Amino acid sequence: MSAPVLLLQVANRQIEATGTGVFLISTLVKMLVVFTIYMVGVAMLTLAERKISAWIQDRHGPNRVGPHGLLQPAADGLKNIMKEETYPDAAYKPLFIIAPAMAFIPALTAWAVIPFASPLPTRWGLIPMVVADLPIGFLFILALTSLGVYGIVLAGWASNNKYSLLGGLRSSAQMVSYEIAMGLSTIPVLLLAGNVTLSVIIDQQAHGLYNILNLTIAFFIFMVAAFAETNRLPFDLPEAESELIAGYHTEYSAMKFSFFFIAEYANMVTASALMATMFFGGWDIPISGWENAAPYTALKTVATALMFAVKVMFFIFLFMWIRWTLPRFRYDQLMSLGWKFMLPLALGYIVVIASVMLGLDASGIEYGPLYGLALFGVNLALVMILFVMVDHGRIISPSYGRLDPRELEKLRGMRQRSALARRPDAKPAAGPTKPAATAGVTR
Amino acid sequence: MAINVKVVDRPTGDVSYVRSALKGMALTFKHMVDPHKVTIQYPEEKHSLSARWRGTHRMLTTEDGKAKCVACGLCPTVCPANCIKLVPGEDENGNRYPLIFEIDEFRCIFCGYCQEVCPEEAIHLGRHYENAEYSREGFVYDLERLTAQTHPVTELWDPEDPKGQ
Repeated sequence: MSAPVLLLQVANRQIEATGTGVFLISTLVKMLVVFTIYMVGVAMLTLAERKISAWIQDRHGPNRVGPHGLLQPAADGLKNIMKEETYPDAAYKPLFIIAPAMAFIPALTAWAVIPFASPLPTRWGLIPMVVADLPIGFLFILALTSLGVYGIVLAGWASNNKYSLLGGLRSSAQMVSYEIAMGLSTIPVLLLAGNVTLSVIIDQQAHGLYNILNLTIAFFIFMVAAFAETNRLPFDLPEAESELIAGYHTEYSAMKFSFFFIAEYANMVTASALMATMFFGGWDIPISGWENAAPYTALKTVATALMFAVKVMFFIFLFMWIRWTLPRFRYDQLMSLGWKFMLPLALGYIVVIASVMLGLDASGIEYGPLYGLALFGVNLALVMILFVMVDHGRIISPSYGRLDPRELEKLRGMRQRSALARRPDAKPAAGPTKPAATAGVTR
Repeated sequence: MAINVKVVDRPTGDVSYVRSALKGMALTFKHMVDPHKVTIQYPEEKHSLSARWRGTHRMLTTEDGKAKCVACGLCPTVCPANCIKLVPGEDENGNRYPLIFEIDEFRCIFCGYCQEVCPEEAIHLGRHYENAEYSREGFVYDLERLTAQTHPVTELWDPEDPKGQ
């Protein structure tokens, strides 16, 4: 009888709880709560996506199952469980079966390190509102989100279907390309915080300016890379309905297909939570300093959790909003955007931010309002340059079709030569002048 | 780049991506919050039909509930799809009436000639479109069925706009 009492030692409410028993039980409870809310949330997101797409297209969306269609996810889930599981003859079964889980698990696990509220005081001490407050929180997320690609690639390969394979290949290329830009874009954030623990990053933002005001361009790169990482439009090339039927999950049915779907939404939630945490102050309530002052209460925990939910939902909405606005990139555009634009921009941005920080440190300015203001000023100038001056030209243009005139001549020459090769009797000298002459006549 | 691919010089100097994307998002957002939706919630809400809508037939009746048809035979004659079957009969007062009057709605092309030609204004097309049956035979409407229909009848021209302008 005395064992649980000993395990759960009563302690000061405002001091972080110690002891294995408290740790184990609180972690279990947090896991269950987070998992439940997360899965229900992901299910509701499928409805949200359909509703938002419908509203954007001047329709009503699903409204038959339950009030305002709220029970639609339940009906969909039931349908997917009841459906027949199909296995293509040529598929490699072990991987075919395991792939959905491999896509799904990393998406879910990444959530473990994201703090979602201010610490909760209990009679056993202060419990931090994060499933696992890892010191290497951010690196853990980078590692896990990269793992998600294995599920997709293996699904594409194991299906033994050409569409699936192409989808899987595209996905791997896309993830590799954008992973780098994503990792590099967060370095300025980590430089500012001086730490990779997400709770420290939140704390730093709570006591200064939010990173979105200081590091807008890093946020921009991170957001675009997050869209690519989660395979959402305008980067949904692995799926690409119009080209690849359903890409890597063409051959999947029933709950296995559903798992890919859940994984996509789970990834989206994780990416949204990351954006909220790294650039929008996580669970911190803007302006007010009330919620991160010392006497923690349950009310503060609830309020900050709600604040965090609002921030995450905003980004989820942004994901959906963009999905139903922008068309898909062409494959070469995707690659050039990733390698020729995002990567150099991220690298250059690190240099700029690091120099500014070095300059501020050298001039003896402590981290505080003045420091933030200086960064804000630099940021404002950079944003103006990038989005007003450069965007007006060609760098962020989606159409990397602009060719050097010399390149164009070379390509036209190739065309001439190939035409000549097909008609060996034609005189070589007549070739280049002929199109010019006809062009002159038509004009 | 592959040989013989048409190379188009794109006007990249004039375009932007971020601002165009924002413009597009503003447009979609406007549609999202726009309360006017084009969907018609079908079983509860129905499309309003034109006065000239030509749907499945209806036979009008006299005050005593009998079909107005006098079995003159004009409608089977004029019917281009040959879908009307009429067997005339005569009562003791010498009034003609249809013994059998059947319209095969599957053969019918809904041209409206039968309504136009009818001297008694008995047979009409209807402003109606919800036709579902479990068998093909169900679409052969007999006299009883035709007189039992209650939906509004077609006006072959709009009285306010007879020339269809």
